Amino acid sequence: MAETLDLAHEDVMDVEFPDDIHYSSTGISNEKLGMWVFLASDCLLFGGLISTYLLYRNRPGSIPGLAGSPVKLSSLFDIPFTSMTSFILLMSSLTMVLAVNSIIRGDMPRTRLWLVSTAGLGALFLGGQVYEFTAFVKEGLGFTSNVSSSAFFTLTGFHGVHVAGGVIMLLALAAISARRKVQAEVVEVVGLYWHFVDIVWVLIFTIVYLIP
Amino acid sequence: MAITTERPPLELTTGEDVQETNPMGVFARPTQNTGWRSWLFTVDHKKIGIMYGAASFLFLLVGGGEALLIRLQLSVPGNKLLSADLYNQVFTMHGVTMVFLVVMPMAAAFANYLLPLQIGARDVSFPRMNALSLWVWLLGALFFNSSWLLGGGANGGWFNYAPNSGVVFSPSHGIDFYAVGLLIMGIASTVSAVNLTVTILNMRAPGMTLMKMPVFTWMTFVVQVLLVFALPVITVALVLLMFDRLFGASFFDASKGGDPFLWEHLFWIFGHPEVYIMILPSFGIVSEVIPVFSRKPIFGYPFMVGSGIAIGFMGWGVWAHHMFASGMGPISVLAFSLSTMFIAVPTGVKILNWLATMYGGRLKFTVAMLFSVGVVGMFTIGGLSGVSHAFAPADTQQTDTYYIVAHFHYVLFGGALLGLFAGMYFWWPKAFGHMLSESIGKWHFWLMLVGFNLTFGPMHILGLQGMMRRTYTYTEGQGFNVWNLVATIGSFVIALSLLVFMYNVASSYRKHKKNPVNPGPDPWDARSLEWMIPSPTPEHNFDEIPVVEELDEFWHRKYGHDEEGRLVRIAATEDVCQKGDATDVHLPSPSYWPLVLASGMPLVGYGLIFNLWWAVPGALLMVAGIFGWVMEPSTDPDAGHGHDDHGHGDDHDPSAALADGDAVSNDAAKADESEAVTEEAPVG
Repeated sequence: MAETLDLAHEDVMDVEFPDDIHYSSTGISNEKLGMWVFLASDCLLFGGLISTYLLYRNRPGSIPGLAGSPVKLSSLFDIPFTSMTSFILLMSSLTMVLAVNSIIRGDMPRTRLWLVSTAGLGALFLGGQVYEFTAFVKEGLGFTSNVSSSAFFTLTGFHGVHVAGGVIMLLALAAISARRKVQAEVVEVVGLYWHFVDIVWVLIFTIVYLIP
Repeated sequence: MAITTERPPLELTTGEDVQETNPMGVFARPTQNTGWRSWLFTVDHKKIGIMYGAASFLFLLVGGGEALLIRLQLSVPGNKLLSADLYNQVFTMHGVTMVFLVVMPMAAAFANYLLPLQIGARDVSFPRMNALSLWVWLLGALFFNSSWLLGGGANGGWFNYAPNSGVVFSPSHGIDFYAVGLLIMGIASTVSAVNLTVTILNMRAPGMTLMKMPVFTWMTFVVQVLLVFALPVITVALVLLMFDRLFGASFFDASKGGDPFLWEHLFWIFGHPEVYIMILPSFGIVSEVIPVFSRKPIFGYPFMVGSGIAIGFMGWGVWAHHMFASGMGPISVLAFSLSTMFIAVPTGVKILNWLATMYGGRLKFTVAMLFSVGVVGMFTIGGLSGVSHAFAPADTQQTDTYYIVAHFHYVLFGGALLGLFAGMYFWWPKAFGHMLSESIGKWHFWLMLVGFNLTFGPMHILGLQGMMRRTYTYTEGQGFNVWNLVATIGSFVIALSLLVFMYNVASSYRKHKKNPVNPGPDPWDARSLEWMIPSPTPEHNFDEIPVVEELDEFWHRKYGHDEEGRLVRIAATEDVCQKGDATDVHLPSPSYWPLVLASGMPLVGYGLIFNLWWAVPGALLMVAGIFGWVMEPSTDPDAGHGHDDHGHGDDHDPSAALADGDAVSNDAAKADESEAVTEEAPVG
């Protein structure tokens, strides 16, 4: 894959700016490598949060005499609704791919369109999460109700903050690209982050919602 | 140079940078080269490294002062100098300060200053992020220490076990400052770890393959990778602790179903790699110093590197040996006992390799060498007492006694801190352009070594006699009197040795001011690339990026072998060294935004602890910082190129053109085979 990409873009470079070639020891740009290293680090952040959730998910009700609400988290899940929002988030990965594809072809209007669509789908997912959180609180399961609700809100909340950060990056990128040219690689690097956040959601959805 | 010309261009570099010159419309960019502004807004890795070093030394004095208070309190039985509560705060703050505010940033100082020089680069890969790391760390450290004035310091010990860390047992704000302060400093370390990892992977000079990197660079690389993976784990633990204390969650509150064990596991999964994060930079420094003053290459370079990597991997599999007394079950205890015994092997490999490097060498005991040999000796003692902890039955006896205190001070003071002092004496001329006095330095070394052993040696005995750590006093009849008094006297000898060091710094500087003697680029007849450029290091580091062919490249440019394998000089040092007079070098421009972004973080921290509204100005500052940062090109297009602002294009001499980004388009330079050494200054 790398080879074809290289070939494809060498043409572009020859035409556009032969004087400004950045070299690196690995052949990967600093920005992209930096993002990979950061994502590696982020894996362990979610690893820690997921472990915490797995430890606490079934505590309320199973240990007698505990303070806190005995309501089980799983009794409140609305699987069809969350499947919907998960599907929306996964589709945003598709639009992200289309955005990277457009900027490689140098098609700026399309790039912007797909960037904004990705951000929109991400925002829709966040809206779903806010709705879900409010519903839980109305049912009487807030952040401090018991250990499993605390772990749940912490884990999904951290993921939500990651999505929100991604939405801001995407919108900022779309806005900047209206004023000046943006390097394709910048879009690709933001895309790496976005796909990572999506993959993490696949894990969280499976572990939190689907495993009984 | 085939190696360099065949380097692939980067993927996907379409589009062009259209540079905006005045991003916020209001502020002009900082341009000062001298004065306080040149330090506050710098993105130069050397200035950042020096600031890391200076700040961490100040915190060494703070943490050292706290240590003296501890020792004074324990000097005689039944002492009333500190109350039990104050004693808890002092030893907690001492531990956290020494780990996060002294050893780690002092190692970061060396990493920042030396990494780009050792791999032949002009700066780190993301210079502004480098400045951000410094300021976030420094402001986070000040934030953490401000707890002394705002209701008292943290008091749960540096590993802060539940339930002592809960609001019930620690109602002051101390542990809130611990949690939020370490989160802020964690951000700094993560940013810096990503930055330095990318620097090492991506910014190496042409020809410098991974196995031609100096050992210090290698050890720093392992440390950065450990940081990348260890910091998120402590982040999770601290976030949970913060939620418990500030937002009413109950992650570690057993009465509500929380599990105090979770904290222990999360903390030590971070905490044990952290031990290697603190010791490996020092190992790297020692591995640079010993070959130079033995006039021999490092013995078994691949094993030196490999054992460092092995320590990095195995460091993840030993964390629960801190928890043998927690009742986690025989299988876990057995597994972690075994892995703890095994991790002594790569460490032993390092010790033996240093000894083999010195064996048969022409040893020269400069102060740097003395400190390095000190590390080898003291760390071996600490390592041996460490292996004794691997035996779980013995460890359950020793846990929480002074035997443990003795052990980790032998590895962290005798190992890490002595190594860092070795590095200071070794690289001082490179950073400041004058030598530290060798004769005063020897006083410093011997006083410190004697004081150190007087302080921590007796603690082995006290621990085996059953003296518990973290207890603010003891009674007359327990038989602890003599050795405690000896340890207290020792701690003041250490304090005296630090005064000698500060006197050395001041008097060497004054002597240099009165009668400047430049030590030259290579005062020690050393081996790695940083000695190839003038002292102090010019702002642009290298006139031209060296093309590397061998390990210890600089040495091999000076020395070769005759037919009988004897060492012969093949070139004069002056001929090999660079002059530092290149003009027209693109350097990243200074910036306000790292400081603006960093200054928002402690404000958010105070907001979290006292009143969320106070976080608003902090958050606004952070948003402004990010906005200005994004809109600003990393290199100011209006700025002159190079350290002396020569106009670019017409008047530069041909050798300097090689180091000039603009010269890529120059046909004459292209014809030159060394054209490919052209390096752009890093972006970001």
